Amino acid sequence: MSEVIERAEALAEEHPVAPYLRMDRIPHIWCPTCGIGTVVKCFVTALEESKVDLDKTSIVSGIGCTGRVAGYMNLDAFHSTHGRAIPFATGLKLGRPELFVTVFSGDGDLSGIGGNHFIHAARRNMDILVVLVNNFIYGMTGGQNAPTTPLGAKSSTMPFGNFERPFNLPHLAATCGAVYVARWTSLHIRRLTKSFKEAIGRKGFRFIEVIAPCSTLYARLNKLGTGFNLMQFYHDSTEIRHGADTRDVGIDYQDEIICGKFVDEQRPTFLDMMHDQYRRTLGDKYVPMPQEGGHIHE
Amino acid sequence: MKADPAGVLTGAHYLDGDFACGEGAMAAGCRFTAGYPITPSTEVVERISRRFPMMGGTFVQMEDELASMAAVVGASWTGTKSFTVTSGPGFSLMMENIGLAVMMETPCVVVNVQRGGPSTGLPTMTGQADMMQARWGSHGDYELIAMSPQSPQEAFDLTIDAFNLAELYRVPVLFMMDECVGHMTEKVVIPPADEIEIVPRKLTKSKPGDFEPYRANGQMVPEFARAGDGYRFHTTGLTHDERGYPEMSAECQDKLVRRLMDKINGNADKIVRFEEEDTDGADVVVLSYGITARVAREGIDLAREKGVKVGVIRLIVVWPFPEKRIRELAGTVKAIVVPEINYGQMVLEVERCAAGRCASVCVPHGGGGVHDPSDICDAIMGAVK
Repeated sequence: MSEVIERAEALAEEHPVAPYLRMDRIPHIWCPTCGIGTVVKCFVTALEESKVDLDKTSIVSGIGCTGRVAGYMNLDAFHSTHGRAIPFATGLKLGRPELFVTVFSGDGDLSGIGGNHFIHAARRNMDILVVLVNNFIYGMTGGQNAPTTPLGAKSSTMPFGNFERPFNLPHLAATCGAVYVARWTSLHIRRLTKSFKEAIGRKGFRFIEVIAPCSTLYARLNKLGTGFNLMQFYHDSTEIRHGADTRDVGIDYQDEIICGKFVDEQRPTFLDMMHDQYRRTLGDKYVPMPQEGGHIHE
Repeated sequence: MKADPAGVLTGAHYLDGDFACGEGAMAAGCRFTAGYPITPSTEVVERISRRFPMMGGTFVQMEDELASMAAVVGASWTGTKSFTVTSGPGFSLMMENIGLAVMMETPCVVVNVQRGGPSTGLPTMTGQADMMQARWGSHGDYELIAMSPQSPQEAFDLTIDAFNLAELYRVPVLFMMDECVGHMTEKVVIPPADEIEIVPRKLTKSKPGDFEPYRANGQMVPEFARAGDGYRFHTTGLTHDERGYPEMSAECQDKLVRRLMDKINGNADKIVRFEEEDTDGADVVVLSYGITARVAREGIDLAREKGVKVGVIRLIVVWPFPEKRIRELAGTVKAIVVPEINYGQMVLEVERCAAGRCASVCVPHGGGGVHDPSDICDAIMGAVK
């Protein structure tokens, strides 16, 4: 005789972040224990708590695992080309200055193929928030070496260990002129959310690096264990050091990760500088682009 | 609608082709330009950067041409008409994001003031050797529109048309100037704003929630929503369905790419544009474009003096190519002679359309100068022998 097990009917309750996501695209493509989803959740919470006008919020991604973030966000969302999320976002911001534009992409996308755009957008103090999820490796293409792979770590194209010095991204951003620079791991969900909120409230080129596990490739190639082991490592080996000299926050293989808010300054943005210059030199003749953009209509 | 007077410098001017192209862009309603300096095109953005602050336009000099093209695609999604300007090497760098503009169906204009190539080639000297790159330069199958002006006046007039076509078909329009036209100074008459017809960015009237960014509704060109109006749309360079969501399937690929190609091919009769004269009863037709169309005039006159009946086709829109007309002409003439400042690019299209029914004669020039008209005359004489 078969036994019928009655189950309590699941409560038809919507996930709190559902309105911010394209639920019709879930399940997402990220692997179990990937850190990207956690970072998205923190960002969504920060958007919600910051009460930004979501209709005026655009998100741009490049290509790669983190490059899929834009595709899951229920915002005006642009999945652009590899490395070009920052200049694409620059066009959006300058084409309609009232927009709040966030770039969400990976370490390979933003600091490898897109590295030139990264440093120039920081130099210009372009008014965009850049979220870089750093998993130390090219994930989507199968674990190749990245500009962020720590010295000695293995990747599919450095099978005997990486011998290229990696970027220290907070230092790169800070020296190029970023006005807000922070680093967290995907374990630091409260602090990361707070950092997102803070950055959303600032103007200019804001940069948040989030260290996140890639257990499918980085951890497997380096025999670092499961997702749980990686979170344990973040727990044991991160140190929060607000205001740290960014020269000191480079990441060595399986060594301490310095987290915190390193830079929080205010400087005129590209648009502020442009308006000031034109107003000073052209006076009343200067006609700035309207906040709602240069769209010409009847 | 009529042009915004703020961007229209009405009057008779003495302008080079680069400046005239910049004026055309501003008259067409362009209010965002991203560019990177490159000879012989830079004058266009120099003109723009001097005039934009007085009309609500923003120019940004980007770090390279990859960034310029990406910024133009981004800006166009705000509804602000956008373009960029470059020459050969920069055009090569723009190719990936021209493909993105095709895939996302983003109206924009890309000006290429052609110089001699390959590679750095002849930075200050003319060429027409990027014509096939304009057609095929980005990866994948696609169709777009390319135009070629023969004078500063046309650089002005056709730039407006280029922006209008970009809006009508939601496609990048490539404006294939050459260094000669770019740096040639002539009289340019800019009409009053109310005599300039422009196609504004038409925004969807659907409500957010009812809107799908790639639902073509039986039309070839879907409706457009701009960033910041509450539609919360998604767009991607990946193969996508009508919602703009990635869909990795052969079926979706076929449906999407077929429509992207059909919206140009199916409207080719409306887009194709060329000038034609004396082709009735002609022995030979000379087909050319840009500066070469003007140089060819003298070669044609020389051949006519020798008694040859020579007809003329001047391409204004180069892509899509006037296939139908060339097929017809191929049955009535002995040869179509194609002088161009390359070793034979558009002549390949002529040859394809003629399909052996008449000779297709290439009159090559490697770049760095224009043809000697007598070479064109000789080619015509050789073709009628």
